Amino acid sequence: MLSLRGLTRRFGGLTAVDAIDLDLAKGELISIIGPNGAGKTTLFNLVTGLDRPDAGTVHFEGQEITGLSPERLAAEGIARTFQLGRVFGNLSVMDNVLIGAHTRLRAVKPAVPVIGPLLELGLALLRPASVRAEEERLREDVKAILARFGERLLPRIDQPAYSLSYANRRRVEIARALALKPRLLLLDEPTAGMNPTETAEMQGLVAELKAEGLTILLIEHKLEMVMRLSDGVIVMDEGKKIAEGPGEQVRNDPKVIEAYLGHGLSETAEQESAA
Amino acid sequence: MSSWLDYTINGLIVGNVYALVAVGLALIFGVSRLINFAQGSIYLVGAYVGWVAVVQLHTPLPLTIIVVAASAALVGLIIERFGLRPLQNSVRIAPLLATIGISFVLDQLVMLTFSPNPRALPSQLPDVRFQVGGGTIGPLDLLIAGVGITSALLLFVFLRYSKLGWAVRAASQDRDAAMQMGVDVNRVNQAVFGIAAALGGVSGMLVGMYYNQIDTAMSLQATLKGVVAEVVGGAGNVPGAVVGSLLLGLVESYGVAVFGTSYRNLFAFLLLVVVLVLRPNGLFASARQAPPEPLTGTFIAPSRPMRIPRWALAVAAAIFAILPLFPVSFYVLQTLINAWLLGMLALSLTLVAGTIGQVSLGHAALLAIGAYTSALLSLTFSVPVGLAIIGGGLMSAALGTTLISPSFRLRGHYVSIATLAIGEIVSLVILNWEGVTRGPIGISGIPPLSLFGYDLISPNSIYWFSFAVMVVLALLQGRLLTSHLGRSFRAIRDDDIAARAYGLSLNRYKSLAFIFGGFAAGISGGIAAHLYSYINHETFNTQQSILALTVVILGGLGNVVGAILGSVALVGLPELFRIAAEYRILIYGIVLLLLVRFRPQGLLGTI
Repeated sequence: MLSLRGLTRRFGGLTAVDAIDLDLAKGELISIIGPNGAGKTTLFNLVTGLDRPDAGTVHFEGQEITGLSPERLAAEGIARTFQLGRVFGNLSVMDNVLIGAHTRLRAVKPAVPVIGPLLELGLALLRPASVRAEEERLREDVKAILARFGERLLPRIDQPAYSLSYANRRRVEIARALALKPRLLLLDEPTAGMNPTETAEMQGLVAELKAEGLTILLIEHKLEMVMRLSDGVIVMDEGKKIAEGPGEQVRNDPKVIEAYLGHGLSETAEQESAA
Repeated sequence: MSSWLDYTINGLIVGNVYALVAVGLALIFGVSRLINFAQGSIYLVGAYVGWVAVVQLHTPLPLTIIVVAASAALVGLIIERFGLRPLQNSVRIAPLLATIGISFVLDQLVMLTFSPNPRALPSQLPDVRFQVGGGTIGPLDLLIAGVGITSALLLFVFLRYSKLGWAVRAASQDRDAAMQMGVDVNRVNQAVFGIAAALGGVSGMLVGMYYNQIDTAMSLQATLKGVVAEVVGGAGNVPGAVVGSLLLGLVESYGVAVFGTSYRNLFAFLLLVVVLVLRPNGLFASARQAPPEPLTGTFIAPSRPMRIPRWALAVAAAIFAILPLFPVSFYVLQTLINAWLLGMLALSLTLVAGTIGQVSLGHAALLAIGAYTSALLSLTFSVPVGLAIIGGGLMSAALGTTLISPSFRLRGHYVSIATLAIGEIVSLVILNWEGVTRGPIGISGIPPLSLFGYDLISPNSIYWFSFAVMVVLALLQGRLLTSHLGRSFRAIRDDDIAARAYGLSLNRYKSLAFIFGGFAAGISGGIAAHLYSYINHETFNTQQSILALTVVILGGLGNVVGAILGSVALVGLPELFRIAAEYRILIYGIVLLLLVRFRPQGLLGTI
C-alpha cells in the first residue's frame, strides 16, 4: 500500500533521513522507533507532504505521490497526528474534528474549476437543504468518533481545544484524523505525556483501529506498546534504518541496544564488565 | 553618461541611509523575531532632534550626530522596556500590534510638537561639489558614506569581539539555548534596540540634511524602505540588510532616472512584493532549513467570546433603527453614519485579520478601490449610484484579492508588511494613473447617494441607508462564520500546517476571506465616495487602516458584534468628549497599546 524507496532528506550538512526503504501492506501496523533526533518525524513529514525529499520516492496504492502537497495527500486519504499536538486552540472539540472531515465535504464544495470557490462561498451563505444535511451527517459522525474515547471528550464537545488537558488534546488529534476516514493513518507518538492508564487506553484504541483493518504507521517510544501492536518494527538512528523485523528480533539486536544506550556507552559497559 | 554616474552615486548614498535603518531592523529581527514597525518613527525622532540641535541650539556637526544618536537610543530603550518587554510571554500577534501602536503614538507626538508642516534641515557642511569621473559628489554624500561605513565597522567589531555582541549573536541563533547558558536576554534586547534606534535616528537626520527637508510623513516611508531592504537581504541577516539597502537605493535611483520622481516608491514596493513572492527568505537565504514546529494557537490570545443573546442584539438594532425618529441632532446622526461606514471596514478587517489571521495594514486600499470604482462608474458611465456602489464592492473584492494574493504564502509579520506595501502601491497607482483616476486632482462632483431614482440627501435617509447596509453585511458575515468556511478560516489562523494536513488549501480560503472582506470594504468606500462627493489619493490613508485595526482589536478579533461596537466606541467617544481631531490618532494608538497589553482578547472576545 505504502512504499518508500531511498527516501532522503538533508538539512545543510545533516542527513535527517538517509535512504529509507519501507513497505507497508494494507491492514498492517508498522512501528518506527529510535532515539530522539533519529529522523522519525522528518520521515512522517516527507510522507505527508509537509516537507519534500531530496531523493527517493513515495508510492501510495501504486501511485507515485512524492512531493505532492499535504492538501492533495489528505484528499488521497492520508491522515496524521503531530508529535507536539497541533489542535486548533480556539476551535471547539466539535469544530476541530469537523476540520478532519473537510476532505469529505461534497455538497458544499462543487468540483467546478475556477468558479468552484465562489460557489462554495455562495453555498455556505445560502445553505440549501443538501448542504445542511451533509453538515448534520458529519456532526453525527463526529459524535460517533468521539464516543470511542468514552467520556473523555463527549462532555467537552463545545469547549475550545486550548482548555483541554494535554492527553485530551492528543485524543482530539486522533479523532480529527479518524474523521478523515483515512486509508493510511500516521500516528506520531500518540501516548507522549500520558500516564500508564491513559497509555493503556490509547493502546486499546490503536488495537481496535488495527482490528478494523486500518493501515497504520506508528512512531512510539513505549516499547511495550510497540511490541504488542506491531506487525513489524523499523529502528532508525541518525537518519538511517539500522534494524527491521518482528518486534522480538529487533529488541535483541545489539545495534538497537547500542543506539538506545548511546554510542560508545555499550563499549564502556563491556570494558567495565571485562575489568 | 555623466548623469548615470550621478544616479549611481545617488542610489548608493540613499542606499547607505536605508542601510542604517535596515541594519537596525535586522538586528532586532535576529534576536526577537520581530519586525519593528516603530523603526521609522525613531528615524523621524532623529530627524526632528537634529532639527532642534542645528536650528535652535546651533550645535556643531559632530555634536549634532552624538545628540541625535543618544536621544534616538533613549527612545529605543524606552520602547523596549515599556512597550515590548511586558509582552515577552504573550502571543505572537501582541508585539506586532504593539510596535504598530508605538509607531503611531510616536509619529503623532512628533506631529503635535512640531506641526505637520515640512521644515528645512540645513546641512552643516559647505555646499560644494567635486568632480569625480563624469559625475559630482558633495561633502554630505561623503559624510553619509562615512557614517554608513563607520557604523558598519563598529557594529562588526561589537558583534565579533565584545562580550555583549557575542551574547547578541548567540541569542539570535537560539534564544532559549542562550538563556539557559546564562545570557541575559533582556540586556541583549536592550543593547539591540539601543543600537538600532541610534542608527535609525542618525539616518533620519542625514536624510533630512540630504533633501534639506523633514516632515512627519517620513516615518512610514522609512519603515517601509527599511523593511524592504531587510527583507530583500533576508530577515535577520545584517550584512544582507546592507546589500539589500544598496540594491534598493540603486533600483529606486535608476527607476527615477527612467520614469520620473513620482514613481520612486512604486519601485521599492514592487521590489518587495517580487522578493516576497519569489524568495521569501531573501536573496541570500541559505539552503532549506528544518521547518520549525511552532506550538499551536499561539498567534492570537485564547479566549471565549462573550455570548450576547439574539434578542439583545435585535433590541439594539431596533433602537438604532428608530433613532432618527426622535429629535436627535444632525451632529449625532453624522457621527453615527461615520461609525457605520467604519463598521463596514471593521467587519472586513475583523474577518481578514481576526478570523483567518492575516493582519492587513493596507485595508484602506480596499476602500479606495471601491470608492474610485463607484465614483467613476456613476460619473463616466452614468451607472445608477446603487449599482455603482455594488460595482465598487465587487471590484474591491476582485482586485483587492488579486493584489493581495502574493502574500498568501506568507505568515505573521510578512503579511502585514506585504499588505502595507500593496496599500501604498494602490495609492501610488491612483496618484500616477491620471488617464483613469485623474491623478492628484482627484475626482469631484460625484453624484449623491440615490436608490431607485430617489436621491438620499436628508441626514435621516443617509443614516438609514448606511445602517441598513452595515446590518446586512454583518448578518451575512455572521452566517459565514457559522458555516464550514468559518471553521476553516479559524483553523487556518490557529495552525496553517495542521490545516493543510487536513486538506485545507490556504490559497483558496484566504482568497475567499479577502473576497468577502473586500466586498464589505469596497461597499464602505463606495458609499463614502458618494457621501463626500470628492475623493483623491489621500482620502483613504494608512491612518484609516490603523483605526480599523484598533476597532477590530477593541471589539475582539473576528467578532462581528465587536467590530460594530468598536466602531461606535472609537468614532463616538472622541466626539462625546470633544477631543480635537489632531489628538484622536494619538488616542487610537494609545488605546491599541493598552488593549494589547491588558486585554488582548478585546471587549467581546476572540471568535
